Amino acid sequence: MFELSPTDWMAIEVTLKLAIYTTLILLVIATPIAWWLANGRAPGGLRTAVQALVALPLVLPPTVLGFYLLVLLGPAGPVGSTLENWGLNHLAFTFQGILIASVIYSLPFAVQPLQQAFANLGRRPVEIAGSLGAGRIDRFFTVILPMTRGGFIVAATLAFAHTLGEFGVILMLGGAIPGETQVLSILIYDHAEAMDFASAHRLSFGLLVFAFAVLFIVYAINRRFDTVRP
Amino acid sequence: MTRPEPDTLRIRARLERPGFTLDVDTALPLQGVTALFGRSGCGKTTLLRVIAGLEHPPGGEVHFRDTAWQTGKTFVPLHRRRVGLVFQESTLLPHLSVRGNLLYGYKRTPEPLRRLHLDEVARLLGIDDLLERRAEALSGGQRQRVALGRALLTSPDLLLLDEPLNALDTQTRREIMPFLARLSEETGIPSLLVTHAPDEVERLATRVAFMHDGRLERLEPLREALARADSPLFREQGAVSVLQGQLGPADQHGLHPFGPPEARYHVPSTPGASNGAGRPARLRVDARDVSIALSPPQDVSILNIIPVTIESLDEAPGHHGPARLLAVCRQHDGQTLMAELTRLSTERLRLKPGTRAHALVKSVALLD
Repeated sequence: MFELSPTDWMAIEVTLKLAIYTTLILLVIATPIAWWLANGRAPGGLRTAVQALVALPLVLPPTVLGFYLLVLLGPAGPVGSTLENWGLNHLAFTFQGILIASVIYSLPFAVQPLQQAFANLGRRPVEIAGSLGAGRIDRFFTVILPMTRGGFIVAATLAFAHTLGEFGVILMLGGAIPGETQVLSILIYDHAEAMDFASAHRLSFGLLVFAFAVLFIVYAINRRFDTVRP
Repeated sequence: MTRPEPDTLRIRARLERPGFTLDVDTALPLQGVTALFGRSGCGKTTLLRVIAGLEHPPGGEVHFRDTAWQTGKTFVPLHRRRVGLVFQESTLLPHLSVRGNLLYGYKRTPEPLRRLHLDEVARLLGIDDLLERRAEALSGGQRQRVALGRALLTSPDLLLLDEPLNALDTQTRREIMPFLARLSEETGIPSLLVTHAPDEVERLATRVAFMHDGRLERLEPLREALARADSPLFREQGAVSVLQGQLGPADQHGLHPFGPPEARYHVPSTPGASNGAGRPARLRVDARDVSIALSPPQDVSILNIIPVTIESLDEAPGHHGPARLLAVCRQHDGQTLMAELTRLSTERLRLKPGTRAHALVKSVALLD
């Protein structure tokens, strides 16, 4: 029952690649945004605007986001046409395209836990580390990161898991090109459309178990981090 | 452009904050302990943060000795100012052991600048037994001592202490005070101590900067701050005198001589305090425990009878009303002793400035 077709394997590979890249990129992008939102000294109005912008993917239908990204990144859009002018390809129906979409779509899931963790941390430990001679980068790796480990784990898990479950944005922007943009959720949809319920079930069940396992392991690790310290 | 004075910290800053505006233009001597004294919300902590570089008031200037920390174009960030910071609440890094905390700044201090090392600092602060403990397993007093040690181990040019004893209970404060008192003496590092507790000033300070409503109103040596009836230090607790002198070895009655022969006190040993002979000490005398006699009485139980000259008689600070006066008395060694008297007794004894009298000191407290 659990024999998978080459198309299935390709979809799994694309999905994992997408989720891993998205998570890594998001940790790099979300950290400064979250720090600025939690501790920045910008005027309140600007901060509120950024906060709302970051949270937009939570409430927008994925199709809206996918639609605008298609317009933006496609051959006629400002980004897509600029790339074409430089002799590169536009990004609609490409892996890079759905990667950009995933990063935007999962941004709030990475920013919000980090922002919460930074707000709980406060400025004090950073000020102390500064008085002890640590510069910005040094402070991040020796104070902020170890003290907000839990926030980073939750942010990475949510970003990863949320990317696994992405459907609407990819459908709009990426289509279903095997090996390029056909992720598991799309393939499951295609199987079901074709009345191939057995294949759809195989992949769906696999995804269910995998998602549960990832969450379980991460929360278990996280709990150990919280209770065991040097 | 005035040249910065060699051994001062010069600050000129204006900073609006909810509730007050910090407006300071001053030069603080970089020697001993300077207490920044004032009520909560008067800008003490904000001034400290400007000095540390945690606030960046536009147009402000901070000069440490002849180094510009902040001018119109330069702004030296905190991690390059070489200041040690200790705050009121625990700031130990929870993911590091006590040793890890102590060495965090030490490792980041360039080797030629390291003047203090782990062993001596741990001994000075009595934390040698705690090195392998987790930061979270320490008591409040231990944490503050580790935080102090951690700051010292960067061999800072200046220590900034923001109400370091405020969160501790009375017992623990008493336990840590001696460490703080020894600190500036033994390390020679100048420090700024933000506090609203008069007893910390009396015990620790070399001089006091009185702050009110965002302004630094007066900067004076501790001795002078305690020699005027209207001192803000007396506002809540009433007037006290703090006498400085040498403490001699205990006699057969368990009493230590204190001060020169012309102003000699006899001080009982306090259990627990270090009673090394011939060391500098401070004696605290509550003005309410001092009475005045015109001639030395022969048959009283009071041990400490000190000849004095009355300098002035003012209304007593606090909420005693017009019935009580504060007599500022000059001992023959030059130090000031305050006596709180009723108006009736001053009239009966016809006390006035210049009167020679004897101060009967009912009780004294040795401040370490």
